[in-house]
Amino acid sequence: MKIVVCINHVPDTETKVKVGTDGKTIDKAGVNYMLNPYDEFAIEAALQLKEKFGGETLVMSLGGDAHKETLRKALAMGIEKAILLKDDSIRDSYSIAKALAEEIRTLSADCILFGKQSIDYYNEEIPGLVAEFLGLPSVSVVVRININNGKVICEREIEGGHEVVETKIPLVMAAQKGLNEPRYPSLKGIMAAKTKPIEERQAATASSYVEVLTMHKPPPKQPGKIIGTDVNAVPELIRLLREEAKVL
Amino acid sequence: MKILAFAEQREGKFKKSAFEVTQAARRIADQLEAEVATLVVGDRIEKILPELAAYGVSRVLIVQDSRLHFYSTTVYAKILYEIAQREQASVLLLPASQMGKDLAPRLAAKLEAGIAADCVALKVENGEIIATRPVYAGKALVDVRVSSLIKIFTLRPNVFTASPMNGTALAVEQISIDLNESDFTSKVTEVKVSEGRPDVTEASIIVSGGRGMKGPENFHLIEKLADVLGAAVGASRAVVDAGWRPHDEQVGQTGKTVSPTLYIACGISGAVQHLAGMSSSKYIVAINKDKDAPIFQVADYGIVGDVFEIVPALTEELKRTLNK
Repeated sequence: MKIVVCINHVPDTETKVKVGTDGKTIDKAGVNYMLNPYDEFAIEAALQLKEKFGGETLVMSLGGDAHKETLRKALAMGIEKAILLKDDSIRDSYSIAKALAEEIRTLSADCILFGKQSIDYYNEEIPGLVAEFLGLPSVSVVVRININNGKVICEREIEGGHEVVETKIPLVMAAQKGLNEPRYPSLKGIMAAKTKPIEERQAATASSYVEVLTMHKPPPKQPGKIIGTDVNAVPELIRLLREEAKVL
Repeated sequence: MKILAFAEQREGKFKKSAFEVTQAARRIADQLEAEVATLVVGDRIEKILPELAAYGVSRVLIVQDSRLHFYSTTVYAKILYEIAQREQASVLLLPASQMGKDLAPRLAAKLEAGIAADCVALKVENGEIIATRPVYAGKALVDVRVSSLIKIFTLRPNVFTASPMNGTALAVEQISIDLNESDFTSKVTEVKVSEGRPDVTEASIIVSGGRGMKGPENFHLIEKLADVLGAAVGASRAVVDAGWRPHDEQVGQTGKTVSPTLYIACGISGAVQHLAGMSSSKYIVAINKDKDAPIFQVADYGIVGDVFEIVPALTEELKRTLNK
């Protein structure tokens, strides 16, 4: 089985976002970057599929040289090969997905895995776009994967439950938290990752259709009232919720 | 110019987002002097259509088929694509639900369209739609424009208003779309419904617990309070990672971003990544024994005290008040 995992390099979840001087993107000063948390579930799923069915695993990311750090982490977890699609321009999801699809098309992969979304722009679009560009079925927000003789039974999370999806290989899946417990890179894995190859090539150009005009911070919340320090505050809380907030 | 609004239904029931999406479409259409068509897809859905009329919808297109009882990515994407083409719609509005977010990118690829995802506001400026959407889980917002000929917007549930209005006559057009077995390359065979509480992304009230609850065995206090309010149960990352609560309850940057009317945070200190996921709630109540906890910075009402005393007292008092 040939498994491709597409990953992203994103600001750490602890980042306190400040708007940059361009007024359209974040101020990158002092921001630490990390492997997109959802992508860890995709990497773990890829490793488990390889352990079960054999084959090869490959990780791919589109972006600048800084993405190599994140690709190395995937290699340290056990992925065998990495491709960096070099690109420093600002692209929307459509454009990124098009460039990824162009590359994936040449790989004849059985499973193409993503994290369900990147925790920077929160678009949740790239897996579906790539699947449609490649004419493949896709399962988003996947929390369970079962593959048998090319037949795939997955579960995807929906509001208040799960959908059981039947489909087949080749396909695209986008991993949700809860799919598995991602492994930590072992010391051996980290050492091995240093010598594993990262192929670099230019990302294919493609049109972008979504343009950011401005970035701004949400209006600050007015500090609220401290109503009390014990159960005696409860009736007053209920009164405020009913009469002032009118939410009960 | 035409706007196509997708009204989501599951199991013969409209999602609240269906009315939010159709009314947002109406407001945009009024400003752009455009027409609106609302699309409903499913099996045996005629009986619920009058509900749309009660929310001001005047023209609805329906695609019904017994094979459409459950959602299917590839088939629904094909239907929306064909309807969009047939109507020559240049703006498509969908809910940013698990269905809408699954459909929008497939549709975008078919229609060569840009998507403004998970919008929290839409406005028209110089004849063009400008969408506001959260990024970094709500730590910042961006205003975006979509430049493709066909534009797709998905709207965050619970944010856009939907109010019943004087019903107009509803024109219903049934449209048949050729569906072949090959369209069903992926299909849902079963929906497993979890226990009876609402989902955090759909609930108008959420009661959330954090590490201050001290252990999974104490979450029945959160559940009882939630049940009195008909609320969803939420959780912080710390307690989900500790295995105390299922991951689908997690609120925050690596969980759900929520916008309920009321969010009650119990024993949650308010890490940056948690605040990002819930600070767009309309009203926030915080109950925490640490007066310096960051959650009090975003709370409208706070009680600095012991969750193990206050939460049960609140539950009891609410039972009394709400039953009156």
